[in-house]
Formats: sequence, structure tokens, C-alpha cells
Amino acid sequence: MRDVAIVSSAQTAHRRSVDELNEVELIQPVIAAALAGAGVSIGDIDFVCSGSSDYLAGQAFSFVMTLDAVGAWPPIVESHVEMDAAWALYEAWIKIQTGHADSALIFGYSKASPGDLPRVLSRQLDPYYQAPLWPDAVAYAGLQGRAMLDAGIITERDMAEIAHRNRMAAEANPNAQVTGSLSVDDLLAQPYLSDPIRRHDCPPISDGGVAVVLAAGDLARSWSSRPAWIRGIDHRIDGHQIGARDLTVAPSIATAAAKAGVSGRFDIAEVHAPFSFQEPIITSALGLSDDVMVNPSGGALAANPMMAAGLIRLAEVAARISDGSADRGVAHATGGHCLQQNLVCVLEGAS
Amino acid sequence: MPPADNDRQITPFPGDLWTQPPITVPARSTATEEVQRIRTPAALHYRYNPGIAPTVFLRELAQKRIVGGVCPTSGEVYVPPRGMSPKFGVPTSGTVEVGPKASITAFCVVHIGFGVNAPPVPFVSALILPDGASVSLYGLIQEIPYDEVRTGMRVEPVWVDDDQLSTSFENIKWWRPIDEPDTDPALLKGHM
Repeated sequence: MRDVAIVSSAQTAHRRSVDELNEVELIQPVIAAALAGAGVSIGDIDFVCSGSSDYLAGQAFSFVMTLDAVGAWPPIVESHVEMDAAWALYEAWIKIQTGHADSALIFGYSKASPGDLPRVLSRQLDPYYQAPLWPDAVAYAGLQGRAMLDAGIITERDMAEIAHRNRMAAEANPNAQVTGSLSVDDLLAQPYLSDPIRRHDCPPISDGGVAVVLAAGDLARSWSSRPAWIRGIDHRIDGHQIGARDLTVAPSIATAAAKAGVSGRFDIAEVHAPFSFQEPIITSALGLSDDVMVNPSGGALAANPMMAAGLIRLAEVAARISDGSADRGVAHATGGHCLQQNLVCVLEGAS
Repeated sequence: MPPADNDRQITPFPGDLWTQPPITVPARSTATEEVQRIRTPAALHYRYNPGIAPTVFLRELAQKRIVGGVCPTSGEVYVPPRGMSPKFGVPTSGTVEVGPKASITAFCVVHIGFGVNAPPVPFVSALILPDGASVSLYGLIQEIPYDEVRTGMRVEPVWVDDDQLSTSFENIKWWRPIDEPDTDPALLKGHM
């Protein structure tokens, strides 16, 4: 295996609605900042891969349009995934492992604000039995929350405590959209949005994006004084039929974690839990001990730009390794309803 | 009785283009009526945000002006502007007016019309390079027999009536020839 590292990353300041910009105007400064962070230009990059979805902004071929922000001249080697950009990073990592590239630019972005996001997300479902019923994303999440409560795995107070911890941590994150929190008792006094989900259990709807630069071996060492080396990465999927799953567990996370080599001590974990009660499902499947700092960025409860929030978890871990505040971390990204698709990545500072 | 297809129009294609093999039904299902199709209507509504550069373009179009975005690196003028120089991946530095006179850089003669707004066939759709622009716009060529259209031909936009002007590319109904010498096609190279 080749040594491959995240050497640079950048994010937007995530907002509920970036009305004034189109997607290419939104992501270009982020791409430029990520390249500048590595001290390189697009001509130094062997492979470009992005993650986005036309359904979010209602913009056909948006991923082609946003190549205007990359500068595809002379022609570049490029690919795209209709998934969170964490999966675009996985594709780039494979590209580098197979010797077809030594460096890569990965970016993910979305503007969810032009549409009705919970309904838009229902279009991920199978078109015959589920999508025609228009179950929205919060309703499906509610089924998972109810399953967690009924199984006695968590309480509504646990959910409020998770939301409180993430949003208080987000106060130190300049890119976060929702920061600070009422007390846990005050949160529990709030009305239900979709029983058993209260507003604080939900992620914000965000417009935003992220870009990451990957490089292999000595190239990574020359582009970063302290690269965040990818020591293991794997992604797995659980069945798409919600009714056929035990929603209190995510076996695909446990499998991806085992394949990615998740064991031993971690300083930090960034997990992609859009809903509060999903965090313990993920940390349990990862087998994290209680002393691991989970989501110092505030996680997806602080900002949840679709197609980017997963890659942001990897970028947050990498940034803390590169600035020396952590030596070893694990990042998790998810896609689909109720933690259906999952990616796990182990990052280390020591080369 | 199946619902009528009155919610969508299917363009007639030459025969057999879309034929499919017959549906075979397992023996155990032959006693029941075949389900050959289900209808699951779906619609999503969006509030479109064009962005900074396209907003300028659309507002100028409402004044019957065409503007492009200027690349700060090469000076190339991109129309319609999207806010970026696609070659260099950097924001464009403002907009400049181009045209309205223009040259045809490429064209095709259309024999199958799509949609209710298509003109009578055959008609010409073309890439049209406004004077001062580095890339071409897409548009219809009218007011000339289709077989007289040529690369390098000079054209100008035909706008909708003033009381119909809006922030829409549909402000330009089509382009028509003007009495000017053709542009040397060699000068159009790289500007399609």
C-alpha cells in the first residue's frame, strides 16, 4: 500500500441559505484555499473528484458546472460521485493506490436551500414501494430514534445531552452554522417536532462545501509539514429496505471499521451523525472508548451541508493532526436514510 | 382502463427507434392481470438562485443588452457569465457588454422538432459569437432560408416586444442575418 495523506483542506462558513451565490461561486474560494494550503495549483494535481447531487439545488449537471471553479484547462482527469464527497475521496485514494495518480483534489458541496430538503431526500428511496409515499427524512429518522428509545439504548435526555455537547463544542468552530445550546433541561422542555424528535435532535439545513488535497509519499511531505496519513479506509452499505434492518445498529459501520483497522487509542473522532441519537450507534459500532474526544467541531448537528458533511469529518480530523493537537483520529461519513451507507477512515500524524 | 398520457408529450420518433421486447410473465402469474406499468408522479419545487454573475447577465438582458464575464488572467470574455473563468478556475473580474452584432461559428439544420416551442422544420440552431465575446451563445437562426446559413455569417438578435422583456434568455426570440461581410472562419477558430 502507498502512503497517502490529507495535506490540506478548506471549508465554507456554513449557512442556512447562501442566496446570493450559485454553486460554482460558492465552492471556488474553498477549492482555491485548499490548493493554496498545500502551496500548489491545479496543474500540480493529477486527479479531481467531487461529490454533489443535482436534486439538492434543482440544478441539472451541477457537477459539470462547478468544474468552472477548478480550471479544467489544459484538460484534467476528473470524476464525480452522487454521494457525500467522502466517497469521492475514497475514489481518489484508490486512484492513487493503483498508481494512476500521486495527488488529488476532492470537493463536495451543496445548496439545499432552493428546495424542500426533507422531501428532496425522499427521492433516494426505491421508486416503487417507498418513494411514492413521500416519507421525508425526518420521519425516517424518527423511526430510528423511536427504535433506540424502545430498545432502552438511550433516553430522550441522552439525546438532548448529545445535542448540547455538540453545539457547545461548535462555539469554537468558525465554520459552524448552529452554535451554543440551551441547557439540557430546557431542551427537554421544548415541544416535539416529530415525536420522538425535537428540533435540537435534527441537523440544520445548510448551504456549504469542503475541499481536500490528497498526496502520496514524499509529495505529501513536501506539501505539508505534518500530513495526516490515511492508515485505513473502507466503506460499506446496509440494505436499502428500512423495514428489513434493525435500526438500532449499523453493521456496515462495524465492518468498515474492522476493515479500516479501527482499534487501539484515538485522540479524536469525528462522526457523521445528522441526528442526535445516531451518534451512539456510530461510536458503538466503532468501538470507541469513553476517553475519545467525539466531534470537537460540533459535527453535523452544527452544520450539515449535504454531500460535504461527511468529507468535513475527515477534514476536521486531518486539520487537528496537521496542527499537532492530535496524533491519531478516526473519521466517519454517512449517506442515505438512517445511516445506510458508511465510510470509516483512520488518520495518523506519525509517518 | 389505464390513465391517458395527457400529462406529457412524447416526440414522435422514426419507427422502431424505441420498440422494446415483449414482456414475459412467469407461468404462476398468468392467471392474474399483468401489471405492465405503475405511475408514481413526483414533483419537487425549487426557488432558483442564479448567483451574482448570472444575475447581472439576466438584468442586462431585460434592458436588451448582452454582457460577458472577463477573465482576469487571459482577458477572455465568457458569455453568458457564470462568475468563473473556466480555464483558470478564478472568479471573473466584472462584466462587459458584447454584441449585439455577432457571427455564426457553427450551425446545424434540425429536421426533428422537440417540444411545443420548436419552429417549423427544417430550421437552423447555431452557435453565435457576439462581437467582443470569446465563446459562443446558443440560438435559433430565422428570417433566412435554412440552406443559405453559413459559418461566419453576420447576425443580430431579434428581441421580444418591449412590454414582454423580462430577466430571461427568452428575450432573444432568434437571430437574423445583417448586411455585413462574413467573418473569416479562420478568425472564429477556438471561439465556438
